[in-house]
Amino acid sequence: MPLGLRAAPPSAGLPKASSDSCSTGQRAGRAFPAARRPGEGLQPLAPPPSCSHLSRPLTLPHSPSPSRAARVPRGWSREGWAGGGAGGEQRPGTPSPDLLVARSFGDKDLILPNGGTPAGASSPASSSSLLNRLQLDDDIDGETRDLFVTVDDPKKHVCTMETYITYRITTKSTRAEFDLPEYSVRRRYQDFDWLRSKLEESQPTHLIPPLPEKFVVKGVVDRFSEEFVETRRKALDKFLKRITDHPVLSFNEHFNVFLTAKDLNAYRKQGMALLTRVGESVKHVTGGYKLRSRPLEFAAIGEYLDTFALKLGTIDRIAQRIIKEEIDYLVELREYGPVYSTWSALEGELAEPLEGVSACIGNCSAALEELTDDMTEDFLPVLREYILYSDSMKSVLKKRDQVQAEYEAKLEAVALRKEDRPKVPADVEKCQDRVECFNADLKADMERWQNNKRQDFRQLLMGLADKNIQYYEKCLMAWESIIPLLQEKQEGK
Amino acid sequence: MTENNFFLKKIEISVSEAEKRTGRNAVNMQETYTAYLVETRSAERADSQSVLTDSLWRRYSEFELLRNYLLVCYPHIVVPPLPEKRAEFVWHKLSADNMDPDFVERRRIGLENFLLRVASHPVLCRDKIFYLFLTQEGNWKETVNETGFQLKADSRLKALNATFRVKNPDKRFTELKHYSDELQSVISHLLRVRARVADRLYGVYKVHGNYGRVFSEWSAIEKEMGDGLQSAGHHMDVYASSIDDILEDEEHYADQLKEYLFYAEALRAVCRKHELMQYDLETAAQDLASKKQQCEELATGTVRTFSLKGMTTKLFGQEAPEQREARIKVLEEQIGEGEQQLKSKNLEGREFVKNAWADIERFKEQKNRDLKEALISYAVMQISMCRKGIQVWTNAKECFSKM
Repeated sequence: MPLGLRAAPPSAGLPKASSDSCSTGQRAGRAFPAARRPGEGLQPLAPPPSCSHLSRPLTLPHSPSPSRAARVPRGWSREGWAGGGAGGEQRPGTPSPDLLVARSFGDKDLILPNGGTPAGASSPASSSSLLNRLQLDDDIDGETRDLFVTVDDPKKHVCTMETYITYRITTKSTRAEFDLPEYSVRRRYQDFDWLRSKLEESQPTHLIPPLPEKFVVKGVVDRFSEEFVETRRKALDKFLKRITDHPVLSFNEHFNVFLTAKDLNAYRKQGMALLTRVGESVKHVTGGYKLRSRPLEFAAIGEYLDTFALKLGTIDRIAQRIIKEEIDYLVELREYGPVYSTWSALEGELAEPLEGVSACIGNCSAALEELTDDMTEDFLPVLREYILYSDSMKSVLKKRDQVQAEYEAKLEAVALRKEDRPKVPADVEKCQDRVECFNADLKADMERWQNNKRQDFRQLLMGLADKNIQYYEKCLMAWESIIPLLQEKQEGK
Repeated sequence: MTENNFFLKKIEISVSEAEKRTGRNAVNMQETYTAYLVETRSAERADSQSVLTDSLWRRYSEFELLRNYLLVCYPHIVVPPLPEKRAEFVWHKLSADNMDPDFVERRRIGLENFLLRVASHPVLCRDKIFYLFLTQEGNWKETVNETGFQLKADSRLKALNATFRVKNPDKRFTELKHYSDELQSVISHLLRVRARVADRLYGVYKVHGNYGRVFSEWSAIEKEMGDGLQSAGHHMDVYASSIDDILEDEEHYADQLKEYLFYAEALRAVCRKHELMQYDLETAAQDLASKKQQCEELATGTVRTFSLKGMTTKLFGQEAPEQREARIKVLEEQIGEGEQQLKSKNLEGREFVKNAWADIERFKEQKNRDLKEALISYAVMQISMCRKGIQVWTNAKECFSKM
């Protein structure tokens, strides 16, 4: 995917406005990790509270936080808000945002691409251009990033028991949650898997980006082949970047640990003890329960996702078929070109023109090979990601239905006893909060996803067109270059 | 040069139409065939007469007869080939049916090309039978057969014999034969691969057509992206259907190559004829040599080689001197004849080589020119295909960018 092709919308009016109303719920949720953050990043935590602990986040008027976030100087908005906006609940010892800013500038500006510019003071232009180059994903709120995560340098490990690949994960951040400006850890696929299930567990109301498939579906693919590892690396990188960009998920405790812990296994083992407790809160009564009134918009989302996944599946198949046809075509072209060379060996005057045609076909084959490689490496994985994405989305939808079902069940139970107690009990109210909170989170995430999707597909399809245009341009150049060769000879006669 | 081309200048030739017909053949069986309308027009309007347009219908078999006649009567000439009788080296989407309109159309062009090539040939254009082919509808076949050209045709067995027994083949012709073989094999290989390339290219384009459908279906559920997807889908449809024209144009290039594939056979025919003449010459020379030896033996009375005559002489004693004299005389007469024959054959051979080589040189020039042109037009076709591709994808990109 070409970096920097798309200009970042610095004051992106469109996406920002649309996400405003729903972001309150998210922002409220986001405040927790920051507020409750224990100083020792590696220490296991109690499961992060879900939204439900808040009383009616939706009914809150515009909290001062978002508006403040908008005013926070570029480059520091999230952190400034997370650190300062959480109502002064800072852990003693955490430097105030201002202090942090100062410190960061002192020793980090060369390391941190986005922190290099003092908050909007000296050259916002250069910082934003820097940002453009780094920007891989969408920055929906128009906020400047303060967390950068990359996955690279896959390494193969051969043990007696198993062979596996680890990837290096480099994190650079100015967020207060990170003690160091930069971390570098190695993780393997199953660690990502662990992270994802933790995220699902701790943020059940949010849409968790998909991981690449564990095994490639068809046939026996060499899991250690360079192409496979590279494709997976890209997908894992995308996965982390999607989390990084998420206003709530990026503050998740487990994510932080995943990025920073030297020994993730130790943490995982400790986490196991807590699993039962966590599981409890996630489990819900379900099974065949029919919702009384599933909100129309969620029903529509469900329908949309079904069609969307279906269409993407078709596009995926078409793309694969095209690649196959192109590879077959390539095989024939590779035989076709040399025939002209063979012929040229028989001829005197015609030798040069024939050799020219042969070379030209050779150039076209090379261009075609590039095209199919690009399609395989760049086009297909994005389609796959979105197919998997729609699955993640469906599972969140299902969870939402469960929460609503639970609420409706409780409400019904109360209604039966209503005469006795006119007041709705607190736990039912809590339950209602949960539903509303869920709805808000989901809507916000859906909107975010829709925006991402639109951007991603625009880029993907434009990339597809570009790659094809480039292919034809290369062929065009090759053929145009031999015309003078043919004509000159003729005139020379 | 101007004199050589006089025929073509005076008359314009075209095969303007093809028509499917049904008739009865020699054994009174119903058959369907295609007839081609051959039109000739006098190009010189300065003539006192008004412009003369002649048109007549000919079948493919009549073209074949004409060519066979030319082949026999002008063995030293690389006679232009006819277009293929049955479609060969086609990619699978193209019909191989003889009655297929596309095939008939391409054959019509090929037949016209054949007539033009003959008409522009410095020697062939003056042929009377050719002239009659263009102008005399009825009885033309009979006229051709009356020339008795078939009697002059060499038997295949004799030709095969010649191939293996020639002792001193002309190096130039051997090389030319070798070249024709190679040319034939390389062009047929090229045509085969090209047909496969066309097949695959067709596949690549057509599969893109599926994008058209799925984009349009997908657009139905998208709000902001919908319009862009829908119109991009339309461009994908355009892309998929553009391949039909592209490959149809390419078929013309394939036909140009095919003509030279068949020319290779014509070249070989000249080589074969040369071999045959060389073989004749060699047998005549051998014959003469053996007669001379016999004569000498008789005259000197010594037998150098073991022969039946030697044996009889030894067994039954010497012949009478009168008898011997008579035989020597006969032999001497035969030797004289043989020498004369050999001389004329030598002369004929030299003449053939001279004429054939001149025509081969002419052919080579024509071939280089034609094939260069064919390659240029092929490159131009490829360029236009690339341009079309760029255009379609640019349009699609614009649609995508609006999403």
